[in-house]
Amino acid sequence: MLLISCPYCGPRAETEFRNGGEAGIVRPTRSAEMSDGEWANYVFTRTNPKGRFHERWCHVQGCGRWFTAVRDTVSDDFEGFHKVGEPVPENGR
Amino acid sequence: MTRFSIFSLAKNAMTGHSKWPEYWRSPEPKPAYDVVIIGGGGHGLATAYYLAKVHKITNVAVIERGWLGGGNTGRNTTICRSNYLYDESAALYDHAMKLWEGLSTELNYNVMFSQRGVMMLAHNIHDMQVTRRTIHANRLNGVDNELLTPEQAKEFCPPLNISKDIRYPVMGAALQRRGGTARHDAVAWGYARGADSMGVDIIQNCEVTGIRVEQGRAVGVETSRGFIKAGRIGCVAAGHSSVVASMAGIQLPLESFPLQALVSEPVKPAFPCVVMSNTIHAYISQSDKGELVIGAGTDQFISYSQRGGMQIIEHTLEAILELFPMFSRMRMLRSWGGIVDVTPDRSPIIGKTPVENFFINCGWGTGGFKATPGSGHVFAHTLATGEPHPINAPFGLERFVNGRLIDEAAAAAVAH
Repeated sequence: MLLISCPYCGPRAETEFRNGGEAGIVRPTRSAEMSDGEWANYVFTRTNPKGRFHERWCHVQGCGRWFTAVRDTVSDDFEGFHKVGEPVPENGR
Repeated sequence: MTRFSIFSLAKNAMTGHSKWPEYWRSPEPKPAYDVVIIGGGGHGLATAYYLAKVHKITNVAVIERGWLGGGNTGRNTTICRSNYLYDESAALYDHAMKLWEGLSTELNYNVMFSQRGVMMLAHNIHDMQVTRRTIHANRLNGVDNELLTPEQAKEFCPPLNISKDIRYPVMGAALQRRGGTARHDAVAWGYARGADSMGVDIIQNCEVTGIRVEQGRAVGVETSRGFIKAGRIGCVAAGHSSVVASMAGIQLPLESFPLQALVSEPVKPAFPCVVMSNTIHAYISQSDKGELVIGAGTDQFISYSQRGGMQIIEHTLEAILELFPMFSRMRMLRSWGGIVDVTPDRSPIIGKTPVENFFINCGWGTGGFKATPGSGHVFAHTLATGEPHPINAPFGLERFVNGRLIDEAAAAAVAH
């Protein structure tokens, strides 16, 4: 089980959280002009990296707020936790 | 290849079983092959076998990063069944079931396929409605499946607790009598032995580090043992499919999760069939060695760590013990995780990619073992002809663009 540090509440057990998958997927604003392939790409395609990964978590059994975590998907070690709106270190930095 | 028979057994008994030949060679990779298959698990080896057997293409290499069957082939709970809801899935999984039924004879290798029956429990009104619907759909597709009352379920599986006092009482069950189990690593070994005897090169401890693509066409693989030219490439890398496909510049609709299983100490035969409960998440059978084989769920987050959270195992064992209180003193021997590549609709992806000559067979998620023979058979056809077999045609990557999903996720509401 992971120990997750909610940026609002502090370290809590993983069972208090709901994982929201890959972070940084922005809903397109010009959907009417997009091809089916571009739309499929937004809805279904994921990077699924082996290594450094930006992901969303929601502290459903605590403050109920969403935040971004940076985790290594091989070791499951967290690099950092970031509130919504805070700058998140990009991949490769 | 020495064929196994009563005579070869007797002959080798005379020499103390010291003269049995190796099952397969360990050749040096050749500079070029007609087909290179990435991944030496059950699906990859079955693909190589049927390429050689059905399509007479024997200039084939199977490249495996570790050892044969060391990935998900050796990590699953060995369950075989074909009672899927949708027509496309029923066709695919029942194709596999028919091949399972003759597989030991076909391979001259005992894969210990045992049609002991797979019983799927229903615990609420919704379960009962879904179960009835699935049974009707199965029957229309020629797949056996029957509805049992709780009493009939207990008669079929005496350890089952059908008390009305448990938190999620058993309200009924679906039974596929043709379903059962097979010895998972024997499946890999049997296919490897068969493929090798027809000339397929099985190259273990060889990691693919890159896919060479020239003008939109895959021409070979970079490996830890040098470049290997390939006419066609089949990627059968299970949990690492995203990693391999990204080497060819392709992003897939896949997410990889750790899925756990565990086994108990071996005991005398006590459990006659396979029981699955999707609703309270319990999967259990007893191996021929005597261990209870228990399947747990996936973690909620993407990971390649091959281990999962203890709370996932705890959740599964709570369900197992409510259904089978007699196992409360059993000691668990080992638990492990495998990395499963899950698609948005929980159905596999078998077919072409935007890169010419680069084909994928992935996305089997939490339930690929049961499909091993069928998956290999249709993927061999795809690699040999360049076009999908009618059975895997609906399972192409394009379904995520045109919207023709095969949504077994919604059909079962959980993993398979």
